[in-house]
Amino acid sequence: MDLLEYQGKELFARHGVPVPSGRHAATVDAAVAAANEIGYPCVVKAQVAIGKRGKAGGIKIAKDDAEARAHSEAILGMDIRGFTVHDLWIEEASEIAAEYYASIILDRSEKKLLAMLSRMGGMDVEEMAETDPEALIQRHLEPGQEFTADIAREIALDASIDEDVTDQVAEMLVKLHAVAGAEDATLIEVNPLIVTGARQVIALDAKVTIDNNALFRHDELADLKDKSAEDPLEAMAKEKGLTYVKLDGNVGILANGAGLCMSTLDVVAQAGGDPANFLDAGGGSKAEAIVDALEVITSDEKVTAILFNIFGGITRCDEIAKGIIEASRQIDISSPLVVRLDGTNSEEGLALLAGADLDNLHQEKTMLGAAEKVVELA
Amino acid sequence: MSIVVDAETKLVVSGLTGREGTFHGLRNRDYGTDVVAGVTPKKGGKDVEGIPIFDTIAEAVSERGANTSMIFVPARFAAAAIDEAIDAGVHTVIAITEGIPVFDMLSTYWKAREAGVRLIGPNCPGVLSPGKANVGIIPAQFFDPGSIGVVSKSGTLTYQIGNELKQAGVGNSSIVGIGGDPIVGSDFIDVLELFEQDPETELIVLVGEIGGDAEERAADYIAENVTKPVVAYIAGFTAPPGKQMGHAGAIISGSSGTAEAKKEALEAHGVRVGRSPTETAQLAVEAMKAVAS
Repeated sequence: MDLLEYQGKELFARHGVPVPSGRHAATVDAAVAAANEIGYPCVVKAQVAIGKRGKAGGIKIAKDDAEARAHSEAILGMDIRGFTVHDLWIEEASEIAAEYYASIILDRSEKKLLAMLSRMGGMDVEEMAETDPEALIQRHLEPGQEFTADIAREIALDASIDEDVTDQVAEMLVKLHAVAGAEDATLIEVNPLIVTGARQVIALDAKVTIDNNALFRHDELADLKDKSAEDPLEAMAKEKGLTYVKLDGNVGILANGAGLCMSTLDVVAQAGGDPANFLDAGGGSKAEAIVDALEVITSDEKVTAILFNIFGGITRCDEIAKGIIEASRQIDISSPLVVRLDGTNSEEGLALLAGADLDNLHQEKTMLGAAEKVVELA
Repeated sequence: MSIVVDAETKLVVSGLTGREGTFHGLRNRDYGTDVVAGVTPKKGGKDVEGIPIFDTIAEAVSERGANTSMIFVPARFAAAAIDEAIDAGVHTVIAITEGIPVFDMLSTYWKAREAGVRLIGPNCPGVLSPGKANVGIIPAQFFDPGSIGVVSKSGTLTYQIGNELKQAGVGNSSIVGIGGDPIVGSDFIDVLELFEQDPETELIVLVGEIGGDAEERAADYIAENVTKPVVAYIAGFTAPPGKQMGHAGAIISGSSGTAEAKKEALEAHGVRVGRSPTETAQLAVEAMKAVAS
């Protein structure tokens, strides 16, 4: 789960990481009131889970109430690369003497935490690694090793950070590392990390990813889940306990297992179709789950045909068939449904479907045949 | 021969008394796996259909000679259960549990490495050596004994491919599900090394998916160290960046972890990559014929 900037900064503040003071606002009036409280000049920042907000016009400086109001009106509701702005963060303006980059990332390949620091902040890290790889200092933290101020200071020295702030930057790295461990954050990126005119080192941005699997031990973070970033259909699926990802096409897809589901999307695309979603019914799905799944898929108005690709291992194909029959009684499925059942109890499942004599239901024997059929019908 | 599990496996199941643990533990025993014990704290002295339950894995090791542990306990306690298995002295731990926090796995991963214990998973379907032993949730009916080794991040995709291989009349030495989490105990490379050494394995099928760079590193490893033919499949060509596709690890971040990059890396090292599970099975069958001739 990705935190919005202000959620990340509030998290930082709780762990003693210096951040500019600010207020969250979801309406124009609240934004103006927040700006008033903070004082001018202040910055009105769009809160969306995507980078380069400034370039998109999502970050503006306000000198007075009128500007705070005008900027808030312009930014709230704005679309930034597919993300609608529902939240603002009103923050005191910072005087920037230098822009650095700092991050603590879980490196999957090495199975270690990776600390990165650069004096070339403000651009994205991939660009940084290309333009000036030597400026980006990367240091893996050995398992079980304590991340001390000395190690952090070495990194800061290697990165040629301004001498007078080396200790502050080192302290910042140590604190960010502590946040990662304490909050189960797999990514913490501060870009830019700034040195103010008064030579204070503060986190001007905060990009934080929390491990979803660890949310059970972070109630306060679980509550933060950014509802606005979530597609309404994805939210509906989540409530029903389904793993669903909304895509842009018109072929609704259900498969069992994440790998087989991804593969089904690919095969549909190869057949010339455009998948509308990823929906993993999981292992051992019962009929009820299938009814729920069809309800989510058919709620997507773009869907013109639906493919069920089931290879039963733990999942029993007769349960899937019962679910399809039950769903056709409960909800109006106007799109044609292509069903491929293979594996455990597939013969029973196919017989059930044949016996139910459903309109608009097509059985296919193979995954490829089913993909071609659904594309033809979509 | 086969890898990871075989007729020598003496299995202790942590979480055997739970609903899933009982179901799969008994299925594994029915297949012929020597399930010697179950472990559930405070339930020591009981049994599950004749399988004795102990309070600790250490007791299962000393009393029943367990050498392999299967983890079926809930996610929040699972890393501790793996740690317990490592300390108890088994040589292999197979963790089925899904949803273990990644920071828990970070320390457990290194604990296993330092102890020299082979850890498979978590969030994996387990390991099947057809005709010898099944540890985990792989439906064994789709696989016959044979000489194709399969290593995969995905369960159902593996069953799909295995079933097509079986219908084509070829079987498997072992099927290893390494799991779809960001940090797993054994990567493709670890399993490729075992298959390369296993005399019974003549060909390897690698099933990968988006996220991380395990497939790219496997491609480099194959080029340097694997003499047996390898056929691969990658899922997730149509997955959009930034969206987690079911598995915790199946996510494209920025430009890294894409299916295209993985396919290219494998093909650059002479690994044939199928466009669908069916085509992958066909490529494997063709390659087997080439090996046989």
